[in-house]
Amino acid sequence: MDTSSIRTTGSRMRSTRATEDPAWVRGVLIAVSLCFALVFLVLPLLNVFGQALAKGWATALASLTEPDTRSAVVLTLVVAGICVPLNTIFGIAAAWLITRFEFKGKALLTTLIDLPFSVSPVVTGLVYILVFGLRGHLGPWLDERGIQVIFALPGIVLVTLFVTVPFVARELIPLMQTQGSDQEQAAMTLGASGWQTFWHVTLPSIKWGLLYGVILCNARAMGEFGAVSVVSGHISGITDTLPLRIEKLDKEYNAVAAFSIAALLALLALVTLGLKTWLEHRQNRLLDLAQSPPDEH
Amino acid sequence: MSIELRNVSKRFGQIAAVDSVSFGVGEGELVALLGPSGGGKTTVLRMIAGLEQPTDGDILIRGKRVNDVSVQQRNIGFVFQGYALFKTMSVFDNIAFGLKIKKWPAAERTARVEELLALLELQGLAKRFPHQLSGGQRQRVAIARALAPKPSVLLLDEPFGAVDARIRQELRDWLVHLHGELSVTTVFVTHDQEEAMEVSNRIVIFGRGRLEQIGAPREVYEQPSNEFVARFIGVLNVLELRVENGAARLHELSFPTHGVAEGSALRIGFRPYAVQISRDLAEYRYRATLQHVYFLGVLLRLELVTPSGLTIRTRITKDDFVRLGLAEGDSLSFNIREYRVLSRDGDALPPEVAAVHQAPSSYADGI
Amino acid sequence: MASKRTHILPGFGLTLGYTLVYLGFIVLIPLGALFLRAARMSPAEFWKIAISPRALASYEVTFGSAFIAALINAAMGTLLAWVIVRYRFPGRRLLDALIDFPFALPTAVAGLTLANLFAAKGWLGRWLVPLGIEVAYAPAGIVVALIFIGLPFVVRSLQPVLEDIEGEVEEAAATLGAGRFRTFFTVILPALAPSILTGFSLAFARAIGEYGSVIFIAPKESEIASQLIWYRLEEYDYAGAVAIAVVMLVISFVLLISINGIERWASRFQR
Repeated sequence: MDTSSIRTTGSRMRSTRATEDPAWVRGVLIAVSLCFALVFLVLPLLNVFGQALAKGWATALASLTEPDTRSAVVLTLVVAGICVPLNTIFGIAAAWLITRFEFKGKALLTTLIDLPFSVSPVVTGLVYILVFGLRGHLGPWLDERGIQVIFALPGIVLVTLFVTVPFVARELIPLMQTQGSDQEQAAMTLGASGWQTFWHVTLPSIKWGLLYGVILCNARAMGEFGAVSVVSGHISGITDTLPLRIEKLDKEYNAVAAFSIAALLALLALVTLGLKTWLEHRQNRLLDLAQSPPDEH
Repeated sequence: MSIELRNVSKRFGQIAAVDSVSFGVGEGELVALLGPSGGGKTTVLRMIAGLEQPTDGDILIRGKRVNDVSVQQRNIGFVFQGYALFKTMSVFDNIAFGLKIKKWPAAERTARVEELLALLELQGLAKRFPHQLSGGQRQRVAIARALAPKPSVLLLDEPFGAVDARIRQELRDWLVHLHGELSVTTVFVTHDQEEAMEVSNRIVIFGRGRLEQIGAPREVYEQPSNEFVARFIGVLNVLELRVENGAARLHELSFPTHGVAEGSALRIGFRPYAVQISRDLAEYRYRATLQHVYFLGVLLRLELVTPSGLTIRTRITKDDFVRLGLAEGDSLSFNIREYRVLSRDGDALPPEVAAVHQAPSSYADGI
Repeated sequence: MASKRTHILPGFGLTLGYTLVYLGFIVLIPLGALFLRAARMSPAEFWKIAISPRALASYEVTFGSAFIAALINAAMGTLLAWVIVRYRFPGRRLLDALIDFPFALPTAVAGLTLANLFAAKGWLGRWLVPLGIEVAYAPAGIVVALIFIGLPFVVRSLQPVLEDIEGEVEEAAATLGAGRFRTFFTVILPALAPSILTGFSLAFARAIGEYGSVIFIAPKESEIASQLIWYRLEEYDYAGAVAIAVVMLVISFVLLISINGIERWASRFQR
């Protein structure tokens, strides 16, 4: 479902007189596009920073160092720190499985990996409450043993894992499909074991795409709202992640504080976008190089 | 024997890609696996390498059964069709990869890579990456990489498939020279009969998963064991005859019955070079018009059409063509000097029938 | 012919086992629990909740807003993709990079800033509200939020296809006497249609499940299905939450399957 892996390199289209639109058409279409982008992309972004700094830098920074916000930063980092590596390993394993082997049920498995993309975050939160909540299937049993999942860190980690399961796998599958397994087979005829092959041959050729998947996964892990909101319990300073903190501050009409955190997350989004553009470029170059026709000498 | 296959089969589901194939490759031989695509030759090569497991039968390398030996342990060098160079590694690192895996000391590794770079005339390219090489250079790197760990056999999958015609010739010469120099047992897969004939000591011909014939290039050309081989190696004129009144006939052509009953069908085949032609209309027994001349270089292909409309293909050297002073539209006499009887279904023929038959040559001989 | 036979590579058992166990624990068992819970209800009980007036109203808001937003995205996304691929103008690369911004921005931030932007005192609201155009805390706000989060889908589905359309096809149409507009509507648009449909469905599916951005901008009087589930949970009315969640989940599955179908169908048109 995620279409962000689509290559966005420049167009190969050459314009000739016959295929060129009249200047006024171009002008109007570009103007309409830019207006739309202004309202829906640029202004929302600028507004985040504008509102955050409405009362000056000092106020904005002060609101970020408030204890409850600081603990939200820590919690968000911890959650991402657990979820991103786990889903990265999963993504690599799943991509290897799907692109390197033929087996029955492969299409179904691919659909299953996509599944979390199409489940509403609130439903995600709900299903975990049904399993781990006090009135859930495992909740009472865990409670007797003093293990709390819902309204605690484990619950937040679990729903975040669910929500971000597909990211790395979806990035790697098309990439590894395109590359094929010839190089890996070559490594094996030269005596390399499975791990050696993966480490020396596979990983170097997918590294940019992998990193790109990891960054997208991270952005989502840090930004997830709905699912986390359901299982977190909104305990200030304990189970509030940054997005939840924004909601709470907004409800308290503390706009500057809410927007300061929003600005922090928007910065993260901008860094993600920048890295994404750069990594996509690197990986596409790697792909293009591999597939470029030889220059005959 | 360096490589031996005993009744090796490979089935994918219900389909037999390779059907009970047995053959051997001697130490230091250069053997071509030839056949149309889908003939099973690549599967055979991959089974020798250990990239594919046979469903049945045994594979032996240097007398040792290797069915259960993993691809890593078989000590083979494999050159992939698309070369499969490691695109994130330099030429040097590509060639050194196998040595690194086998834990050669760094100094010996470097020496070995240098040696191969020199052998394959790749000096000065060690630091380049695969995308900075020409097609021919890429292939030589692939060969160097496969040879580096001193494999007991070198296997090449369609080694000349991915380069253009000009470089292909160059690479064929390369392979022959390299083989002469290293005399490592070499098996390569090709679908191009000319390539197989030119490069190899022996040719193994596959069709529909079965081994059709094995032999030296000249052998398979001159004594094809069945119609499939005869048609695959070179051009074959095929005539469908019917035995009537004591002779096998098709329009004005007639041949001995070879013991076939009256009213039955008989198929014969003959090579273009077996057709003799003359401008003297009385010299040979059949008449034809020279319909078309195809210029191929040293050889010319001629298309003759008999008065009844049969098309006969023949070849002639440029010199003979000039000597005879032929032109399109000329009337000629011709004869089929030798031919072979073909069976219905392309199976092997009983030897007495399959032998080459000399046809009566002069007009007056009759039958 | 050798490309498919790669089972010689190691790791089949390991990766299959790991993938299945991981997906099983993280995705399948929790989702199974939902259906197990739903199975405890009698069909009558289930339907009573699933099609209660309040539930029906929430479906209407959810699907109605998602549909309108996806339609607008289909139109504007096509335009954006066209402009980015075909024209050269200052800021084109920046625009191209910005298209993915909604993917990267946490939805809570999107909701917060959009609500503020269109509020009476906001940068846009101060011009729009006096004209009687209420967006923030009005039904239109939900649509605006869903347009934002679904914006990249159509553009990104379309871009590669637009880049692949050969200039020759358009030139051929021109040599046959077709004008630019005619060429666009008879030659180019039909070639793009499958990808527009794919992008539309992706945006629609995403919009149906969206929660974070909507709650910041949604009016008090209308709620989306996800909000209703949330209210039911807060009231500890698990049955109520489960019934609506099952309805939404089943619709999502159907959508996911049809999107896969559309993509397969669409890929047939690309050579």
